Amino acid sequence: MTTNNWTPDQPIVSVKDVHKSFGKLEVLKGINFDVMKGEVICIIGPSGSGKSTLIRCINALNGINSGSIKVHGLEVNDPNLNKLELRKNVGMVFQQYNLFPHKTALENIMMAPMLVLKESKEEVRAKAEALVSKVRLDDKKNSFPGELSGGQQQRVAIARSLAMNPDVMLFDEVTAALDPETVKEVLVTIQDLASEGMTCILVTHEMGFARELADHIYFTDRGVIVEHGPPATFFEKAKDPRTKEFLSQIL
Amino acid sequence: MLKRFQKIPGASSFTKQTDLPVLLPYQANSSGHPVDLRFSRWLTSSSPWLMIVLFLFVSLYPIVVMAQSKFTIEDAFYTLWRWLPFVVGSGFVMNLLISFFTMLIGTTTGIMLGLGQISLLSPVRKISWFTTQLFRNSPWLVLLFIVMLTFPFEIEIGERIISIPDWMKAVFGLSLPIMANISEVVRGAVQSVPTGQWEASESLAFSRTQTIWKIILPQCFKRMIPPWMNWYAILTMATPLVSLLGVEEIVTLSRQAMEAEDNHPELLIPFFGFALFLFFIYCYPIARWTLKLEERYSVKL
Repeated sequence: MTTNNWTPDQPIVSVKDVHKSFGKLEVLKGINFDVMKGEVICIIGPSGSGKSTLIRCINALNGINSGSIKVHGLEVNDPNLNKLELRKNVGMVFQQYNLFPHKTALENIMMAPMLVLKESKEEVRAKAEALVSKVRLDDKKNSFPGELSGGQQQRVAIARSLAMNPDVMLFDEVTAALDPETVKEVLVTIQDLASEGMTCILVTHEMGFARELADHIYFTDRGVIVEHGPPATFFEKAKDPRTKEFLSQIL
Repeated sequence: MLKRFQKIPGASSFTKQTDLPVLLPYQANSSGHPVDLRFSRWLTSSSPWLMIVLFLFVSLYPIVVMAQSKFTIEDAFYTLWRWLPFVVGSGFVMNLLISFFTMLIGTTTGIMLGLGQISLLSPVRKISWFTTQLFRNSPWLVLLFIVMLTFPFEIEIGERIISIPDWMKAVFGLSLPIMANISEVVRGAVQSVPTGQWEASESLAFSRTQTIWKIILPQCFKRMIPPWMNWYAILTMATPLVSLLGVEEIVTLSRQAMEAEDNHPELLIPFFGFALFLFFIYCYPIARWTLKLEERYSVKL
């Protein structure tokens, strides 16, 4: 295992010159960025630009071909990487929620801390109950995912990731599959998290949300970061023609 | 020009690998697919009355033909009636016993083999795949012959001698193809679980073993029941095969009974017709039930 020599003055996630190909198709062509603890980062860009791949590389769901990704001092691009150790520190929420359909909302949240962190059932239950309240689903905690709406499922999925006490949360287009009226309840949940100081990396199409919440915005297109900056500069004074075109289409 | 028609936006990019929970098209011909219940479908496609009417017809038809002969059809049915406790009690019960034990061994080994087929270790995966294909594509009778003739009839452990009865060897022989087919059922069911489930549990730092046993298998367990029952019905129908090797079951005993009754040809239809009837009334409800479960489980996915 990599020795953990991370200190709070270093970026908690550090991505350096990452290249990633699926067969002959190169989807990431040298990506660089750093995220400090407590920062909220939004990655935006047209579909097929490699945003999702990038975020999935951070918790090693996808391997990378070259470059380096360091999360909390752990080198992801290391053949001897202890993936379980990495994933304990990195929570991930998916577009399709991916809740476990055979477990209730509460059980979904309790599973990982019990099986992976080996915490006691009472302890985990108390923590899960608190998380369910936090995502405002007290009355739904004993429902199965099939009985919940998309927005409710997504909030359970967020609570499920939080139960592992991660240092970093990854959100992969978490509102893309939701009805417009339920998008807000999920965004509010993420907003709460961010205000508590959770480090968040979001792939999103919600520009209003990104503008309001993000500390830094990255615009990717065809596997490279075309432009980045704090929301004010990014949205008002975009320089690159590709960014301008994208923003004009979406805003 | 043609390219324009091939590309329908949003509909053209269907690939097998997707993390969206898509409804895959029904594949009638992919064997081992969890929804592949051709046998049960075939068995239930006919009305149960048809089979009973058919049975009565073939049984009663000879009355007309044999009206003049000395050994009448009434005599034949009376003979069947006398032998009935023997044929059912020692015969059909044996078929059921063989089918139970075969299913037990076949399922246990089949699940292990099926999990071997999805192992991350390439040698385990390849050996499991090869074993599965080998026994899935061999004639059951040949496998039975090999097991019956090569297995010892007794095993010596130190000074104790454990004899292996014929029917036990038959169980081993029939277990092989059942094992291979259950292996495919397990593999198919595991692969039918959306990849998002794997990714979600991986990203929660579950180990692979935990993912399989706590997340994947509980979800596909229901999906495995209908094909599993389908194979049980097929197996039960196949148990008379062992009569060719002299194992005592319904067909062997029916023949012995007929021989004891001077081999009147009039006995053939009542006795074998009765055997058919027994298998039918045993397997038909299983097939019905299988399709019912399949219907119930396929709606809620």
